Amino acid sequence: MAYSDKVIEHAENPRNVGTLNKDDDSVGTGLVGAPACGDVMRLQIKVGENGVIEDAKFKTFGCGSAIASSSLATEWIKGKSIDEAEAIKNSDIVAELNLPPVKIHCSVLAEDAIKSAIADYRAKQAAKKAVTEGAK
Amino acid sequence: MALSFPIFMDYHSTTPVDPRVLEAMLPYFTQKFGNAASRNHAYGWVAEEAVDHARERIAKLVGAQSEKEIVFTSGATESNNLALKGVAEFYKDKGNHIITTVLEHKAVLDTCKRLEAEGFRVTYLPVAKDGRVDPDDVKKAITDQTILVSVMFANNEIGTVQPLAEIGKITREKGVLLHTDAVQGLGKVPFDAQAMNVDLASITAHKMYGPKGVGALFVRRSKPRVRLAAQMDGGGHERGNRSGTLNVPGIVGFGKAAQMMSEEGEADSAKILALRERLHKKITGALDEVHLNGSVRDRLPGNLNLSFSFVEGEAMMMAIKDVAVSSGSACTSASLEPSYVLRALGVGDELAHSSIRFGLGRFNTEEEVDFVANLVIDKVQKLRDMSPLYEMFKEGIDLNSVQWTAH
Repeated sequence: MAYSDKVIEHAENPRNVGTLNKDDDSVGTGLVGAPACGDVMRLQIKVGENGVIEDAKFKTFGCGSAIASSSLATEWIKGKSIDEAEAIKNSDIVAELNLPPVKIHCSVLAEDAIKSAIADYRAKQAAKKAVTEGAK
Repeated sequence: MALSFPIFMDYHSTTPVDPRVLEAMLPYFTQKFGNAASRNHAYGWVAEEAVDHARERIAKLVGAQSEKEIVFTSGATESNNLALKGVAEFYKDKGNHIITTVLEHKAVLDTCKRLEAEGFRVTYLPVAKDGRVDPDDVKKAITDQTILVSVMFANNEIGTVQPLAEIGKITREKGVLLHTDAVQGLGKVPFDAQAMNVDLASITAHKMYGPKGVGALFVRRSKPRVRLAAQMDGGGHERGNRSGTLNVPGIVGFGKAAQMMSEEGEADSAKILALRERLHKKITGALDEVHLNGSVRDRLPGNLNLSFSFVEGEAMMMAIKDVAVSSGSACTSASLEPSYVLRALGVGDELAHSSIRFGLGRFNTEEEVDFVANLVIDKVQKLRDMSPLYEMFKEGIDLNSVQWTAH
């Protein structure tokens, strides 16, 4: 299969590979996909007091397009508010990377990973708030 | 010698034409271009003589009793179709049952599916973890309706060599015909149709340094005499078994390739086996969680099928693009399903997705093997640094205990 230049570029020089402390309250972690399907993405965000994503990291088990989709996703969400990040659609990723139809699921997975990380962050914040209010 | 890229390590898919083969073929394109079926002039005689010479060389490699047992075709897919459909049609009054294995090439499996649609019953035998068929399973599956057993000689993905001689004893004793798709193993591991009681064997030139587009079907002519219903109607070439003008240059090249296999195959295999062992040792010496798919013992010398846990096969192939290999990963197949061969071994889907098939051959060198081993080690480490699964594995998390979101 021929890959687009952008997929090759991201797969060979992936941005933001790494791990954030998942026990940190300001970190949201999304883990999506399944090994048996050949794709697992873990995307993490670190959100500042102002609701802006200060840092994003990923690790992906998957094909070149899956790696490129998650790499691009971390690049895009850094510096965005979580509401803005949540608005990113898989079709934006498809368009940017010129993914062929058989690789669209990679972009879907990247969108799911962003949403899942944000949901985890929000759940942590809600739990923290509940604890703080409970203490009052 | 300087390395040239990409390094070819996909010899199960095809092989380059050996220069000596090409040299033998060339006159038959331009000067000796006659139709081997032309009986009335020298052009035809010359072509026919060349075809007969090739037929003898191929008969010798297969272990046929007579060169008349070689029927030329366009390749192994046609040979498999002719063997299965030809036997089924001819012997349908004797029985309607065929036995094969889950590991066969699609050219056999899909032909069997077609025959099932036409009313034949097909038993697909399972294989053990090493890919071997149990001859006892063959014995148990044979009924009074069984007309044919078809078991491949060596598998194209995992290189497992089947116990064909043992199966041949059983089929002969039971009076059932035995066909084998011998494409991958012929010339590389000992094969003898006569000694193994094989009745039909599919072979092809381009897996043994001959040209593409030419193959043959060995059809036994005595004890027992195998009959076929022709699947191609026309001029009645190949004793009525396969009509169509013979591909004379291709057949000449096939004959030359077969002769070279008869003479050099054993030495070739020893050299290739040493290269494979070198590659395997270097890789497993440097990386953990690398699994060999298939049999350690009963294996094609050039085959090394490895699963690199926590790394996906297509990403791996992209990372090692300086070497031409193939993968059992779903992402590399049109069907988006991981390899059915690896699944049949009971290899989990995750390991099937992580598999890479290295196929070594005549023209690989130690220098190439060392380069590829180092490249693989470096890239697997990089991809694992990027793999959430490897991180979880290192933390001691049992990946089977995680609730994954299948998609």
